[in-house]
Amino acid sequence: MIIDLANTSTRKIQDALTATRHRLGGPATGKVLTLIVVTDEAAQYDAIRAATETAREHPCRVLGVIVRGREQESRFDAEVRVGETGPGETVLLRMYGQLADHADSVVRPLLVPDTPVVTWWPGEPPARPGDEELGAIAQRRVTDAANGADPLGSLKRLAAGYLPGDTDFAWARITPWRSLLAAALDQRAEEVTSVGIEAEPGNPSAALLGGWLSVRLGVPSQVSPSTGPGITAVRLSNTVGEIAVTRPDGRVATLSRTGQPDRQVALHRRSTAELLAEELRRLDPDEVYHDAVQRFAKGLESAGAQPGGSGPGEPVS
Amino acid sequence: MTRYENALNPLRDPRDKRLPRVAGPCALVLFGVTGDLARKKLLPAIYDLANRGLLPPGFAVVGFARRDWEHQDFRQLAHDAVKEHARTPFREEVWNQLCEGMHFVPGTFDDDVAFETLATTVRELDEKRGTGGNYAFYLSIPPKFFQDVVKQLQRSGLSQPSDDAWRRVVIEKPFGHDLASARELNNVLHEVFPEESIFRIDHYLGKETVQNILALRFANTLYEPIWNRSYVDHVQITMAEDIGIGGRAGYFDGIGAARDVIQNHLLQLLALTAMEEPVAFDSESVRAEKAKILSAVRLPDDLDAYTVRGQYTAGWQGGIKVRGFREEEGIAPGSRTDTYAAMRLDIDTRRWAGVPFYLRTGKRLARRATEVALMFQRAPHLPFTETDTEELGQNALVIRVQPDEGVTLRFGSKVPGTSMEVRDVNMDFDYGESFTESSPEAYERLLLDVLIGDPPLFPRQEEVELSWRILDPVEEYWDKYGEPAEYSSGSWGPKVADEMMARDGRAWRRL
Repeated sequence: MIIDLANTSTRKIQDALTATRHRLGGPATGKVLTLIVVTDEAAQYDAIRAATETAREHPCRVLGVIVRGREQESRFDAEVRVGETGPGETVLLRMYGQLADHADSVVRPLLVPDTPVVTWWPGEPPARPGDEELGAIAQRRVTDAANGADPLGSLKRLAAGYLPGDTDFAWARITPWRSLLAAALDQRAEEVTSVGIEAEPGNPSAALLGGWLSVRLGVPSQVSPSTGPGITAVRLSNTVGEIAVTRPDGRVATLSRTGQPDRQVALHRRSTAELLAEELRRLDPDEVYHDAVQRFAKGLESAGAQPGGSGPGEPVS
Repeated sequence: MTRYENALNPLRDPRDKRLPRVAGPCALVLFGVTGDLARKKLLPAIYDLANRGLLPPGFAVVGFARRDWEHQDFRQLAHDAVKEHARTPFREEVWNQLCEGMHFVPGTFDDDVAFETLATTVRELDEKRGTGGNYAFYLSIPPKFFQDVVKQLQRSGLSQPSDDAWRRVVIEKPFGHDLASARELNNVLHEVFPEESIFRIDHYLGKETVQNILALRFANTLYEPIWNRSYVDHVQITMAEDIGIGGRAGYFDGIGAARDVIQNHLLQLLALTAMEEPVAFDSESVRAEKAKILSAVRLPDDLDAYTVRGQYTAGWQGGIKVRGFREEEGIAPGSRTDTYAAMRLDIDTRRWAGVPFYLRTGKRLARRATEVALMFQRAPHLPFTETDTEELGQNALVIRVQPDEGVTLRFGSKVPGTSMEVRDVNMDFDYGESFTESSPEAYERLLLDVLIGDPPLFPRQEEVELSWRILDPVEEYWDKYGEPAEYSSGSWGPKVADEMMARDGRAWRRL
């Protein structure tokens, strides 16, 4: 059921949500969180689609916040969708005029009571998500540095503005890589002495992976450019050889260890909905992400301080 | 040259909750690949695990069966099974990786040469795919063949792990048909495998709802204070099936519903519902509490009055005309095997003294449903007139195990209107509604636990023996006296079962 409410109020939206619920005979419970999606008209379709797909795993109320012409009279329109694409409810809010700067006043009454709030910026990440009005009301703030104009720059700003609860899709994208590398070291292994990563230039995920490996292994890591897609190889060197995971095609990875047969495993690049679903699985602060992004930012600083520090590679530590 | 200690992988961090537990290099040897279980559950579960990235690179599956097959035929069977039954979407690259590691060894269980071939095959896999000499043997075969297979594994040297490699053996119920046979079966396995490498699968324990019983009880403050004889009147544990015995006549005749279901699933549910809080949520502590509660279970003195068995007769089940049990193919016309079993059990602890646990299971009942229902005592005083509360029953907390997994709380509520009328209503928590629609299949969880070597969800021999100790006297009594009561297919069981409850002033929940 889709209800369009032009020039509306939050009260009318709440009434519409209650009315549809009664008409469909559905229960009032079952929404585990509120997901706020801060987006623009061009990107809203894909973002809301991913959000509703994720709602299958995490039934939630999706509030899409879209800022329209600021020069107009302050008002907002709402589009309420219930029972159309899956579980949960979706409300698209289009803000006009000055109201665009006070979107939280519209969003606040529409949050599901006593459940977590997650805010997601699918486009250009704000510099300090926790300081945004729509970020401050959320337990968890999800950005996507890769979608910014300058991914590594964004990541650096996010590191500086970090507050507990911040995370980034660049981090979620490497969970399968990290899982594979951690599993490789579950086996008996020599101590790693250096880390090399190959990825598309400017890939924020590679930067975070480097940061994470440096923190955990206590050794420097180097990102060198490749043609992609995404990250194509990670090499952990030790005194007797190396443990390497290579993925030239973005689909199948090969785990090679000196003295052992090569092993292959599917390692596909995940969709936005899958990434979002992973983000929503845990709602406590991701300290490990904090460590990784901090190390990356520190690496940039020290590289900038050293003369000639910016070679072809991007040192992350 | 320094090495990381085994337990000190620097990339593992308890705060890092995104990283899943992943199995280390290993191969799974599957006996009985052509069976229903392998096709419908195991092979799809293996694919789903691979698809979720939880299997190690180079993982290998070796099928063993009495078929004149090439690897290709096995892969085809697995492919069809995965396409039809897997939970997660089919992805070509995942399948290709998995498929390359699938091998088939034809042979019978008394064929020495076949087992030599099997040994060579897995060793080749160690070389080629790097499975690291770690093998799990899944015996998806009737228990009468366990001895042969286990002996063969020993003879061919497959059961002896080399340095820091492991061997695990996985078996499915039935774990014997009485205490003596359970011990015998155990002895067979123990001759070759130590207890800690034997994984007994009770797929009920892999279900999310069953694991949630412990979370519900011990992670909340709300329930534990009323989880005792001061508030609970009685407990009903039910596993109802709408199907008949189908193609399982050979196995089922002579075994019956009580041995098939009560001994394992229902007593495990009872243990989880009734046990005290474990000191920690690790396998030793949980198993210790389960064993304690099972050893405190007491059978009724009057087995005639408080145990019931039945057999379904021809009738209409869900709109379909079905045959009676004695007319099923492969069942002797005079069979006394129970297709329905119900009994009252008491637990001699301070918490449960005087609170009966009623267990029932049956085939060809009206509907498929498994649940644990705690029925609470009525309020000691009702300040309403009797007519106001005519429709008020007992408060109930119901853990729905399958289908429609969730928790229901039943309580009285005022009916809207000018008169004071109180009626029962339900407050519902539905898994599908609050969590992922596609929560992992029980077999996914259990297979992964086997490959990781994580034992909490597997009953150990002590629990199996304690359960048989409870059931054996009932079976002996049934064997000596009386006949199973008849109930028509599609009903909720024999009348005597209702009479058993009525005798205590109670009634079965209508599911």
